[in-house]
Amino acid sequence: MVQPLPRHPGGGLARGIPAALSLLSAFLIWEVYVRLSGISPLMLPAPSRVLSQIVLNRTMLWDNTIPTLRATFAGFALSLTVAFGLSIMLDFMPRVRRALFPIFVVSQTLPLVAIAPLVVLWFGFDLTPKVLLVALVTFFPMLVALVDGYAATDPEIENLLRSMGATRRVIFRRARLPSAMPYFFAGLRISITYAVVAAIFAEYVGARAGLGIVILNAKNSFRPDLVLAAVVISSLLTLILFTCTALIQRAVLRWRDHGDGA
Amino acid sequence: MTVLSMQNIRLSLGETPVLDDISLHLNNGEFVTLLGPSGAGKSTIFRLLTGVLTQDAGHVTYDGNPLAENPQRFAFMPQRDALLPWCRVLDNLTLGLEVRGFTRRAARERVLPLLDDFGLAGFERHYPAQLSGGMRQRAALLRTVVQGQPVQLLDEPFGALDALTRTQMQTWFEERWRTARWTTLLITHDVREAVALSDRIYVLSPRPACIRAEIAVPAQRPRLGQPITTEAHALEAHLLDILLNQTGET
Ligand SMILES: Nc1ncnc2c1ncn2[C@@H]1O[C@H](COP(=O)(O)OP(=O)(O)OP(=O)(O)O)[C@@H](O)[C@H]1O
Ligand SMILES: [Mg+2]
Repeated sequence: MVQPLPRHPGGGLARGIPAALSLLSAFLIWEVYVRLSGISPLMLPAPSRVLSQIVLNRTMLWDNTIPTLRATFAGFALSLTVAFGLSIMLDFMPRVRRALFPIFVVSQTLPLVAIAPLVVLWFGFDLTPKVLLVALVTFFPMLVALVDGYAATDPEIENLLRSMGATRRVIFRRARLPSAMPYFFAGLRISITYAVVAAIFAEYVGARAGLGIVILNAKNSFRPDLVLAAVVISSLLTLILFTCTALIQRAVLRWRDHGDGA
Repeated sequence: MTVLSMQNIRLSLGETPVLDDISLHLNNGEFVTLLGPSGAGKSTIFRLLTGVLTQDAGHVTYDGNPLAENPQRFAFMPQRDALLPWCRVLDNLTLGLEVRGFTRRAARERVLPLLDDFGLAGFERHYPAQLSGGMRQRAALLRTVVQGQPVQLLDEPFGALDALTRTQMQTWFEERWRTARWTTLLITHDVREAVALSDRIYVLSPRPACIRAEIAVPAQRPRLGQPITTEAHALEAHLLDILLNQTGET
């Protein structure tokens, strides 16, 4: 009578193999092209050169990764907290939602290029402006996902709870919040990919250290190999954060792994 | 004794009149069925009883008092089973009791002895998506009756099942009902189900729903699990006739 549980065939690792292969072949073509054409490394460094630069400059790169990570985490923690708190408030106050939502939409249309220098101007070269910029960029996808997720709750389930005498708060905790979780994680995954980029951009505009500063300095001293080295590090950071959220999602949404077609 | 009575209920949703002069009653220990075509407004009557909607005109009384003074006296089983997909079966079963103020522990103490009878033993830790259609319905039914409310509102509890499972479930349900005698209001558009399970049947018209006929079913129980009697056949034909002819009228 019980449907068989669908298994994860080989997990995420097996699914990553085609992506890794195509990435690898792209690097290979790049490497071959650089070697055959004899193009100057000041124009286009080969992947092997970027890699050796990472190894050579590992202490410097690591020292500059720490501030970027710190800004990313702090900004993300801030936006996560605000998005959650605000989403709950908006869910309980539909009128406030209608009044405030357009403002949040506008906050997303502000070009980072213009807003970042201003925020740095107002808050200085320390951690604060980076945290704020990361939070600004990452908060909206999560907020929208949560608000939409609450609204997507099965009305039949809400009616059922109401027939049991549940208050609005109980309905929120038992039905609306869990319903929103799949949406939330979809938003979270979008946010996390913006987070590192936003932190680096904020540093680029003004900071004492960080991957953004590495990129800025490398560019100014005509070192595309170092620029690319920093890019590789930042991609790795995003990839690691993305994997972390996927793991958390797997744990929280365990119920979706069972049948359900999801 | 009359537990629940609705008098001259009218209700519109937006511009659409959905209920047009509904009057019905339900006696203690009685099994009453609302039989009506799809889209008639059957579920709407339950939405009214569970407090999701309010009537435009008419009265609902419970034990002689207005319904509003006796809120949440119904255990409600929605049309789709509405099991919470993120909760394991056991947590779904205790949901009603927990919302009604029981501790998780006390709620489980009530549910656990009934698992076997409802064919759910061994599946407490499963998620609803892992259950078959029949098991889901039994889980939803157990979640409903375990709340210990005086009246059960069942909205097409067997509607989503295949014919074979439905017959099995109806037979199983009749057996349970004969021992427990839950005061029950059942919604269905299955004529055979209505005749097999009910003490009394209200036949509804298409939307806007009004009561077309009220028919008592005095036949002996159990009625399922044996050949259908001639009386039951005649009654089924009669009900079908009312349902089909009125559909032609409007
Ligand atoms: N919010 C609404 N606004 C307007 N009309 C509505 C609304 N909700 C439901 N209706 C209409 O009310 C009618 C009755 O709906 P209801 O769910 O009570 O039907 P039902 O008899 O339970 O049908 P079924 O057997 O298919 O479950 C339907 O025809 C539907 O179109
Ligand atoms: Mg219905």
